[in-house]
Amino acid sequence: MRSEMDVYVPRTLDEALQQKSAHPDAISLAGGTDVMVEINFGRLRPAGIIDLTRIPELREWRREDSHLFLGAGVTYSRIVRELADFVPLVQASRSVGSPQIRNRGTVGGNLGTASPAGDALPVLAAYDAEVVLQNRRGTRSLPWHTFLQGPKKTAMAPDELIRGTRWQVVNGPGSFSKIGTRNAMVIAVAGLCLQVDQDARQVRVALGSVGPTILRAPEAERFIAERLTWDDPGAPVTDEVVAEFAELVGRAAKPIDDVRGTARYRVHGCTVLAGRALRWALEERKAFKWL
Amino acid sequence: MRTNVNGEWREADIWPGASLLTLLRDAFGLTGSKNACEQGECGSCSVWLDGELVCACLVLAAQAHDRQVRTVESVADGQRMSAVQDAFVEAGAVQCGFCTPGFVVAVTHLLAQDPNPNEVQVREALSGNICRCTGYAKILDAVTLAASRLREDR
Repeated sequence: MRSEMDVYVPRTLDEALQQKSAHPDAISLAGGTDVMVEINFGRLRPAGIIDLTRIPELREWRREDSHLFLGAGVTYSRIVRELADFVPLVQASRSVGSPQIRNRGTVGGNLGTASPAGDALPVLAAYDAEVVLQNRRGTRSLPWHTFLQGPKKTAMAPDELIRGTRWQVVNGPGSFSKIGTRNAMVIAVAGLCLQVDQDARQVRVALGSVGPTILRAPEAERFIAERLTWDDPGAPVTDEVVAEFAELVGRAAKPIDDVRGTARYRVHGCTVLAGRALRWALEERKAFKWL
Repeated sequence: MRTNVNGEWREADIWPGASLLTLLRDAFGLTGSKNACEQGECGSCSVWLDGELVCACLVLAAQAHDRQVRTVESVADGQRMSAVQDAFVEAGAVQCGFCTPGFVVAVTHLLAQDPNPNEVQVREALSGNICRCTGYAKILDAVTLAASRLREDR
């Protein structure tokens, strides 16, 4: 069924913010990899659409002192090409869809859709990122866990746009991994990002697709932070410690049964991914000789 | 709205919620790009938007306004098929043929970026295109054949 719909094609951020303010019921459209599916299948008939793909400010990323700011409109293909230092983010980006999807999909889109299966989201959670929102009056930043409120629910106001996301650049190894039926075009059954923060002496773990939104594993994080020898990256970590860490990560998951997998399988998946991710990080720590 | 399609500026007046794929097929009569899944899963509507490989079904037509679109119809030189198209025919990489335009676009794009990809790179480059007939083996043969011919031509 077709309906009345106004399409706005702003060329500047100011223009987009004015249009969002004047038409708060219009939906923001970036790469279209989520929104266009809903429109194609007749499940979404917004009163208006604001195309965000022509706004240069949204397509920028930059270093801001010790932070990285990533504009909402940077595509996954560009992240893979341009942000090689951010290993887990690049790994997650490369696992998104297919080349065609990565050429269009953006981190801003992952945030706006707020699916617990958004591949970039566990990475932002492990980075302790904030989400920068903007309306005509100004900007505000929310911690990722305040922004993401539940499945497809965010703290964004109707007159706001997602400007981007910002995080403190972390010193330490990290990885993203996910479970699915093939390497490409997979909506994760479970996804995990582990990031070691040498300076803060933390190991941060975030889980995707195993709860109503992205989850951290605080007990597992506390457990492993106390057991690592922070001043000696070469110090051995026993298999028992890795196994207990993995077990605690599995317990942080709050999955449901659905078409992609059972809750039990997802908990098991988190445990396996956590053990592997910790082993990889420990090996890298040794090789890089962080001190 | 107006869009440059295969080098020619064209105009259309369509429903604002329509996709680029609908614009190409229904308004411009370019039916080479196939409409199958309408959710970016199958790659049979692969086209170039400003030189980037995309699924036309996931692009709002208005997002292609004032931009350059290149479709599978531009791949052949008149009645002469391209090296990639020839290779698909010769290698037996076409069965029902529905996915073929999308594959031809994706393979043409790949070989323009990298004239000598290894099998892993080919598989990754084609991971967004689904074929339900061939089992992919003959498609991979076609890519190898097209790549070697294109390298000879250089």
